Amino acid sequence: MTDVLLRVKGLKTWLGEGENPVRAVDGVEFEIRRGETFALLGESGCGKSMTALSLMRLLPPSGRIIQGEAWLGGTSLFDLAEMDMRRERGGRMGMIFQEPMTSLNAVRTVADQIGESVRLHDPENRNDTRSRAVELLKAVGIPDPVRRLDEYPHQLSGGMKQRVMIAMALAGRPELLIADEPTTALDVTIQAQVLALLKDLQQKTGMAVLLITHDLGVVSDVADRVAVMYAGQLIEQATTKRFIRSPAHPYSQKLFQSLPTSGKRGGRLAVIKGSVPKLTQDFKHCRFVDRCDQSMDICTRSEPDWREQGAGGGVRCHLENYPDIRIDQSVTPDSAGTKAVHKSEESLLETRDLKVHFPIHKGVFKRVVGHVKAVDGVDISIAPGRTLALVGESGCGKTTVGKGILQLVRPTGGSARFGGEELTGLTGGALRKRRSRMQIIFQDPVASMNPRMLVGDIIAEGMQAQNIGGSAVSRRGRVLELLEHVGLPADAADLYPNEFSGGQRQRICIARALAVEPRFIVCDEPTSALDVSVQAQILNLLMDLQQEHRISYLFITHNISVVSYLAHEVAVMYLGRIVERGTVEEVLDSPAHPYTQALLSAVPAIDSGSGREVIRLEGDMPSPATPPSGCHFHPRCLQASDECREAYPVSVSLSDTRRVSCFKYRR
Amino acid sequence: MTAYIIRRILYAIPILLGVNILTFVLFFVVNSPDDMARMNLGMKRVTPAAIENWKHERGYDLPLLFNESASGTGRITETIFFQKSLKLFRFDFGSSDSGRDIGYDISQRMWPSLAIAVPVLLVGLLVNITFALLIAFFRATYIDFWGVVLCVILMSISGLFYIIGGQYLVSKLLHLVPISGYDTGLGSVKFLILPVIIGVIGGIGAGTRWYRTLFLEEINKDYVRTARAKGLSEAVVLFRHVLKNAMIPILTGVVVVLPLLFMGSLITESFFGIPGLGSYTIDAINSQDFAIVRSMVFLGSVLYILGLLLTDISYTLVDPRVRLS
Amino acid sequence: MISQLVILWTDALVFLLLLFATLFGIYASRKAHLRGPWRQVVRNKVGVGTLVVLSFYLVVALLDSVHFHPMLDRAELKGADATQSVEVISLFDRLVEGLRERQEKTYSAPLATRLYAKENIELPDGRVIRDFPRLTYGGAHLTDPDSERLPDILRLSAIGIIKGLVVSLAVANVLIMLLAMRSGRSFGAQGRAVLRGATEIPWKTVFYTLALMLMLIFWSAELAAKYHLLGTDKVGEDVFYQALKSIRTGLLIGTLTTLVMLPAAILLGIMAGYFRGWVDDIIQYTYTTLNSIPGVLLIAAAILMLQIYMSNHADEFNSLVERADLRLLFLVIILGVTSWTGLCRLLRGETLKLREMDYVQAATAFGVSNLKIIGRHILPNVLHIVLIAVILDFSGLVLAEAVLSYVNIGVDPTMNSWGNMINSARLEMAREPIVWWSLAAAMIFMFSLVLAANLFSDVVRDAFDPRLRGSR
Repeated sequence: MTDVLLRVKGLKTWLGEGENPVRAVDGVEFEIRRGETFALLGESGCGKSMTALSLMRLLPPSGRIIQGEAWLGGTSLFDLAEMDMRRERGGRMGMIFQEPMTSLNAVRTVADQIGESVRLHDPENRNDTRSRAVELLKAVGIPDPVRRLDEYPHQLSGGMKQRVMIAMALAGRPELLIADEPTTALDVTIQAQVLALLKDLQQKTGMAVLLITHDLGVVSDVADRVAVMYAGQLIEQATTKRFIRSPAHPYSQKLFQSLPTSGKRGGRLAVIKGSVPKLTQDFKHCRFVDRCDQSMDICTRSEPDWREQGAGGGVRCHLENYPDIRIDQSVTPDSAGTKAVHKSEESLLETRDLKVHFPIHKGVFKRVVGHVKAVDGVDISIAPGRTLALVGESGCGKTTVGKGILQLVRPTGGSARFGGEELTGLTGGALRKRRSRMQIIFQDPVASMNPRMLVGDIIAEGMQAQNIGGSAVSRRGRVLELLEHVGLPADAADLYPNEFSGGQRQRICIARALAVEPRFIVCDEPTSALDVSVQAQILNLLMDLQQEHRISYLFITHNISVVSYLAHEVAVMYLGRIVERGTVEEVLDSPAHPYTQALLSAVPAIDSGSGREVIRLEGDMPSPATPPSGCHFHPRCLQASDECREAYPVSVSLSDTRRVSCFKYRR
Repeated sequence: MTAYIIRRILYAIPILLGVNILTFVLFFVVNSPDDMARMNLGMKRVTPAAIENWKHERGYDLPLLFNESASGTGRITETIFFQKSLKLFRFDFGSSDSGRDIGYDISQRMWPSLAIAVPVLLVGLLVNITFALLIAFFRATYIDFWGVVLCVILMSISGLFYIIGGQYLVSKLLHLVPISGYDTGLGSVKFLILPVIIGVIGGIGAGTRWYRTLFLEEINKDYVRTARAKGLSEAVVLFRHVLKNAMIPILTGVVVVLPLLFMGSLITESFFGIPGLGSYTIDAINSQDFAIVRSMVFLGSVLYILGLLLTDISYTLVDPRVRLS
Repeated sequence: MISQLVILWTDALVFLLLLFATLFGIYASRKAHLRGPWRQVVRNKVGVGTLVVLSFYLVVALLDSVHFHPMLDRAELKGADATQSVEVISLFDRLVEGLRERQEKTYSAPLATRLYAKENIELPDGRVIRDFPRLTYGGAHLTDPDSERLPDILRLSAIGIIKGLVVSLAVANVLIMLLAMRSGRSFGAQGRAVLRGATEIPWKTVFYTLALMLMLIFWSAELAAKYHLLGTDKVGEDVFYQALKSIRTGLLIGTLTTLVMLPAAILLGIMAGYFRGWVDDIIQYTYTTLNSIPGVLLIAAAILMLQIYMSNHADEFNSLVERADLRLLFLVIILGVTSWTGLCRLLRGETLKLREMDYVQAATAFGVSNLKIIGRHILPNVLHIVLIAVILDFSGLVLAEAVLSYVNIGVDPTMNSWGNMINSARLEMAREPIVWWSLAAAMIFMFSLVLAANLFSDVVRDAFDPRLRGSR
């Protein structure tokens, strides 16, 4: 085929020296055609980034390409001298990275950094890099590009930085753009902007994109073809349409089934048991066999070969040889017990006008000149055994709400009542006594456990502090019980946290919170640091615990699909205030506030082809230190009117359960 | 920015006051002026009259904190604390125990000190950065390994040895420059060249190793990968991207010691007979001239605080991310 | 001969430190996060090699830290209760008695048989000539030193080296046997494994370093018994002896200083970072103030004051040794005062970071008290920083001692220290031919200690904090 731009053959990349190097990439083959978007999908640690870095020959010092070929057009990349390779890098092949915050040089201006690429790869514009830089910034949709030229990266928002990264990559007029998780560090609305930009640029320039991602939604949104990577190998490759309709490999199928969606509400999510095998071994069997529930005898004896499936597609699985015993594992929602609890009782937790303001000091005597209004008047209530999801983009103050309720950050105003008791004024012993009734689970399971303590001591810490659980012996018994409860072996108690995977650590954190028998738990993005398959395990566990113990959750998240799966009510937060709240059906099915509408439309949907229209939000969220006058959202709102600029809309009730703060709705 | 500087200066006042009180306690409370007089006069000639006389000549016969015999503000000002400690705030150093004007001595002696300290700093910076860049360029090779080993060896040698060894080799064996002494004007060059070279060599080990770490830390950052992905060569990446970022900690580390350069180097100056503030201090210590030691303590503190202030200001100049408020 | 033990202040502190170190060792061996890095240290060739060297220094310092009044022969004394001299000597002095007592008249070069300076010598026949006189002890066993000296030195060297080899072989065999017993392998197999370098701890390096050190020791012992290995100084004292005695001073300053400053640095640093607010303000103020005084000047001021105090209260000290010891103690304290600020600031910064960690927040959410949070979550997580700081500071302090003694604000001039050796040698640099041996001896001893310490601290730091690899 003449339209093949990149052809990778038998690529093997190892990391580390010694007897057991990590076989990060272990025989990867694929082709990318001109102008297409090819997605490399996989969970963390599967080798997808190493594949990209191998192609660019930018491996970390411990990494080396063991064998394989990579042809970019007629050029064999691995045979080029380093000097010639440099011409390809940033020239025909551009690359953008996951962390736009750290990927730009902080002490050099935008013009400098773009100009550098122009000078290297664009001889025609060598003498006028500035105007070329302006052109490029315009092309990536940066408003007022001339002003931005002399700014430093820290003056740009996250989305803008990623745009600058793209502009830098475009400077060499690349034929292939490698985008390594380009939107993972960004908020959904910004992600939608960047993905749209990539699509747009691709149409204009005809470049191919190698998109590396772990997000099925992103894949279905932008990719033409997709390859799934698992433990250093490609296990499936197909057109995106075909892949979404009928994934072939058991792993791919499971990935879809473990995604939380509204359709799976009340049921359990499919999980992939176990974890990714260590890549230090020389595999003699299927890499997925230990986690596969369709495994056969042969799977443990030999590694499956790659089998072509239609044009450019293929799968690496023994099941393909036995089409007759293939079990159809397409979605099996189990919708039993959906309506377990319903709104009936009075609320367990209630906040009224909760405020957390952080002072800004300035001047000779550090006078307080203003406040960062992280939380600025939040009313929420949660009934026993119910889940309220607090949704919003980073920086909107949702985590501070959770900490403010638990008095980990002291609120500066308003009230938070728990079981009828006011929490805000409590100090010392009075507060300590109530701590056992409300707990918190953090986002980062690594940071939330003291690495110097044994798991058993970590779990027992709360009981000890609260003086519950009786003697040391009976506490120990309780610890083992809790470990079993969250699905960990008893001997875990005598190990250190670093001996567990991310998902296991999060289970330990849950066990720790449960140890003091709380009635209310703040879940602060508990799954966003985890892979999809592991996320499903944790969500299942949380659901089970709620049903067993009637615990209430304040579920803080930015992930809409998780919300739709497990929340009963939803509150949407923007710049320290709640703009809309209601039951999950009300809010997700028919969002009322323009921000909610934009937020929901920005979430990449798996079932593409439903004709979803993304409401593109312009710009970024303003700083909570200087919120816009009037409605905080009006500068980005497509439906804003004059009155939005003048006053903040009072919250209007649309139904018994639903309130929204927008001038569109009036009594 | 101005508000920040004003605040820092205001903040410096309690610190200097603390320094003042500390030295006051050390010099006048732990040991009374009588003890000092006895020490200074030597045990032989100690008579009560001699002690009184010695104290009176130097103004140590006043009460420590509160003068009951004086009137009005004199009750406060006619005291040792006011005369000897608080006056330092006006940079009024008074006269030394041997009767010389300390302020004048300092203003005369700081130039020779600077004549050694500034070249040592600048040349040292250049040499260390060059070596560190070289080592960083050849990182994870034998050059890197042996470079670091050499640095460790160099920094394990006492500074005294560099001086004594250098004097012996260059001056005594090779007769290239005089062993010690000082001259004014251009004539001073032949006296300065050896101490400067020795100062630079003595700092190579620790300096190079420290800068190498800074470079290596930067090299592992994401933006360096971005720069490589643009197709820049390793040398360009190192010079244009890494160096500029690593210069932030390097420069601010240098700025903080800039004011202290005035104080000179104790050891070098006394070995080479340079009439700078370093040898001034040493002579004062050896002859137990407390007035000078007190003045140098205060001066050192002022310069240190100035260094801290300059460091913060220099951050805003070299790092676009930092704004003072 | 029974003698009365004398416990000097610094002796007590040294053994207190040893006790702490042992307790910490026991504590560390139970904690995986501390045991792991140490295991990494002893599996490193440089780590074990330097450890062997350092332990020789340590043994000398410890032996030199057991002091007592020697008993004198009754016959020499008339008084009833004056059975003990006022002199205070150490166990180490006893071991190297010969070195201490064989005093010459003045300078003599290393391994010399004659004095450094010419003197009038009265010959048996009454004539007086001017020549280099024979030494009282150095090479006194030779009849014709000019022709016999070199062969004698070579012979003694050979004997010494062979003795060293034999002893190190014996030690190696015993060690291999013990290793074999532990691993359950045969002696031969274990020995081969060691030689191939196939053991987890690089025993081969241990043996080589050990053999080298032992050969050096026996070689110098052989020579020092008959000659002055490193010459004599102005008053005829053996320089080799001085250099050996200085080991204790150097090690003490390097270790006790950190012991003295640790409690303040840890307590204040963690408190400042954890409680913030006014506690932080006060602590920051304190260390900025202390830090702003140039260290040398603060030490100078304090030592000068001590000198005045001591000269005015001279009668309070029983002996010169005690007086020198008190000055050493004071020096150590004042060095501690000037050096705790760095660690304190480091700990404050780290604590500021740690207190925002989720696990501290989780503990707060459980209502765990501040004291327990500090003890359970903060302290164990900054311990490696403390350890690295202590080990890093050591070599700097040893070098600092030399400089301070040079400025006369170091240890007591009567105390043996490398700084004092250099200081006294410096005055003789102008002589012709040059008196270089005191200087060289001090430099060599100091250099090997500091180099070993520097290399060791690199290994320790890499093990405990890979992120800091090669920094500073």
